[in-house]
Amino acid sequence: MALRIERSALLGPSGFEPVKRNDLENLEIDLVLEGIYQQYGFDFRDYARGSIKRRLWRRAYAEGLESISGLQERVLHDQDTMNRLLEDLSINVTSMFRDPEFYLAIRQKVVPLLRTYPFIRIWNAGCSTGEETLSLAILLREEGLIDRTKIYATDINENVLDLAKQGVFPLDKMRDYTENYIAAGGKTAFSEYYTANGQGARFNESLTENIIFAQHNLASDRSFNEFQMIVCRNVMIYFDRSLQERVHGLFYSSLGMSGVLALGRKESIKFTRHASAYEEIDVNEKLYKRVR
Amino acid sequence: MPPEGVPPFELVVVGASWGGLQALRWLLEGLTDDFPTPLVVAQHRSSDSSDVMVRVLQSHSPLAITEASDKDAIEPGHVYIAPPDYHLLVEPGSLALSTEGFVHHSRPSIDVAFESAADAYADRLVGVILTGANTDGSAGLKRIRDEGGVTVVQDPATAARPEMPSAAMAAVKGAKVLPLRKIAPFLVEICR
Repeated sequence: MALRIERSALLGPSGFEPVKRNDLENLEIDLVLEGIYQQYGFDFRDYARGSIKRRLWRRAYAEGLESISGLQERVLHDQDTMNRLLEDLSINVTSMFRDPEFYLAIRQKVVPLLRTYPFIRIWNAGCSTGEETLSLAILLREEGLIDRTKIYATDINENVLDLAKQGVFPLDKMRDYTENYIAAGGKTAFSEYYTANGQGARFNESLTENIIFAQHNLASDRSFNEFQMIVCRNVMIYFDRSLQERVHGLFYSSLGMSGVLALGRKESIKFTRHASAYEEIDVNEKLYKRVR
Repeated sequence: MPPEGVPPFELVVVGASWGGLQALRWLLEGLTDDFPTPLVVAQHRSSDSSDVMVRVLQSHSPLAITEASDKDAIEPGHVYIAPPDYHLLVEPGSLALSTEGFVHHSRPSIDVAFESAADAYADRLVGVILTGANTDGSAGLKRIRDEGGVTVVQDPATAARPEMPSAAMAAVKGAKVLPLRKIAPFLVEICR
């Protein structure tokens, strides 16, 4: 911040100062994000700047372009380029039973709470290609809850939702996933949940019967139901503070009383306006219960 | 230069890989609790490593050492360690995390931390490359130099593994090359 004050103090008598490269670059980023919003309706304007900048440049280089402005021209005139950029902008790195301790904590501390409901609605926000959603479904089946549960799995990106619906994952991941599953307190042999074929590991369709995959944009869409649990892990880290605040408002208004909010291990509600509405269920695994 | 009484640098970013824990210990031991500039550390580590690293380093430093959480404010007297399996990005005044793909087979990647820090703080930044067996950090250190920041590299002869500091020296001509034990005193001298 001190840096900015100093810069404005450097303004000459004419009030004009050549734009520093970084400022120009930030202007270009503002413009391309505004253009994408106006043209396509995807709102990345309040995403964390450092990460979005990396991803814009990655796409620019991949398209053989040398500036963000060049990328803007291409993206606004060519839907295919926009689709490729959308893939870059929506991070789709995920795995089954990522952070096994998280799932263990759900089994031990959240499942007893969920058991008290005759019908359970769970929102898995930012579900990407579905690994997390499927992990939750497996856990709930083993706890005998899946038949009275509906999981609403949403993402901004329709392409990843199509993949998620297929429920097919690379075979070479199964070894890691099996280890995670065991560490997460899995109750049977992981291989019982999928059949291996030429395309990969296809997960049993019975697992996805109670999952509804749908497009939802956390930056602009509204709440669509009341939930007993919302799982949104490592999604809001890509948002700036103002957008995080918006999404926390959305989650707060979508959670029933005693509803559970599950965040990523390195996320926190402490900065948000709604922090006082929650009690910690598990401090390490970032599980919170709405209490007011 | 900033006005009188304002520390000349807003942040020190440190990148370390193989042998880094020991090197970081030495570095942090040389910084007293009145060191005015916050530190951000990107140390290569496995995805399932525990908080042992924080505990070990804390037992050798009067500064407050924590694993970074998303949107943590960057404050003096603090050392922020990149958590395992996340990239750490520096924004003006705060930290952000990312689970983007691996960079140089690493998450956290030193380049990601350094490049974002250079964007956030330009010439009010110090970058330090310590021991390691790969080339992560070279591009980031070069960016820091290009933005006018101070660049420091551990003398490869004093490093557990020389590849990473050697690569950084090759990428950034004119980086200050210092034996491990001289790095903390140098930081104290320039950050006052």
